[in-house]
Amino acid sequence: MDKIPILRMGAFLLVTIQVDLYDRLALNLESDLVNMVNKTSAKGVLIDISAVSIVDSFMGRIIGNIASMSKILDAETVVVGMQPAVAITLIELGLPLKGVHTALDMEKGMSLLKSMMDSDDPDEQETADDTITE
Amino acid sequence: MILMSKKLPMILSLSKDPVQVRQEQDVVFLKNRVKEVAVRIKMGLVNQTRLITAASELVRNMMRYGNGGVCLIEVVSSGRINGVRLTFTDKGPGIPDIAAAMRDGFSTGKSLGLGLPGTKRLVNEFDIKSKVGEGTTVTIIKWANG
Repeated sequence: MDKIPILRMGAFLLVTIQVDLYDRLALNLESDLVNMVNKTSAKGVLIDISAVSIVDSFMGRIIGNIASMSKILDAETVVVGMQPAVAITLIELGLPLKGVHTALDMEKGMSLLKSMMDSDDPDEQETADDTITE
Repeated sequence: MILMSKKLPMILSLSKDPVQVRQEQDVVFLKNRVKEVAVRIKMGLVNQTRLITAASELVRNMMRYGNGGVCLIEVVSSGRINGVRLTFTDKGPGIPDIAAAMRDGFSTGKSLGLGLPGTKRLVNEFDIKSKVGEGTTVTIIKWANG
């Protein structure tokens, strides 16, 4: 059975998907990753999909699930490296991946995660205020 | 009375390649075959992605609701343009209400209900026929630069 490796780097978990996902593999990744977040108390999950050429509604849902499951375990998810054709297809399909943070590449994703960790409670209060005044 | 002057161009089938889909490994094989054919007719990358994503949605439906089936991969031409036609045929339970199944957000399973309506948005031609108790046939065409 194929398995997608999950690497730990400090407070973050790194996943690089190098093969085209099929349903079973995506489901396994979902549960492995959520278990890892719990086991390692990771604060962030970085998923690199630069080698993935197809994301259909099922895969999109899995990515969204990973993000929301990690969120309630207090970890943020950033998806990096999406191919432009995949972005076009996802939107046309009707799957805007709401609630999933994205970045263009690994480096930008990493700094996004770090900035999200740095912004502790006071900042969160601030952004909450912003949305209220709006 | 208004005359319908819209001319329907003849669609010729240039090659036929049926692929049986019974288990998950077949899905990967099917996607690769579709990709090969799309590349052969010089379809652009974005359209290839749309076509393979559409195929991925339909083949999942066929596996989940129709216990697998056959996908016929064809290169078709209409005038000077080439395209890929995929025909998914299963002998599953059929869809009682096609109009509902084509609506965004409708699902009898526990999915998002984007499969059929989303697929329709990704391709140029979309046709679905279903008979309860006999099965479902979905046909899509993606033109190389459509």
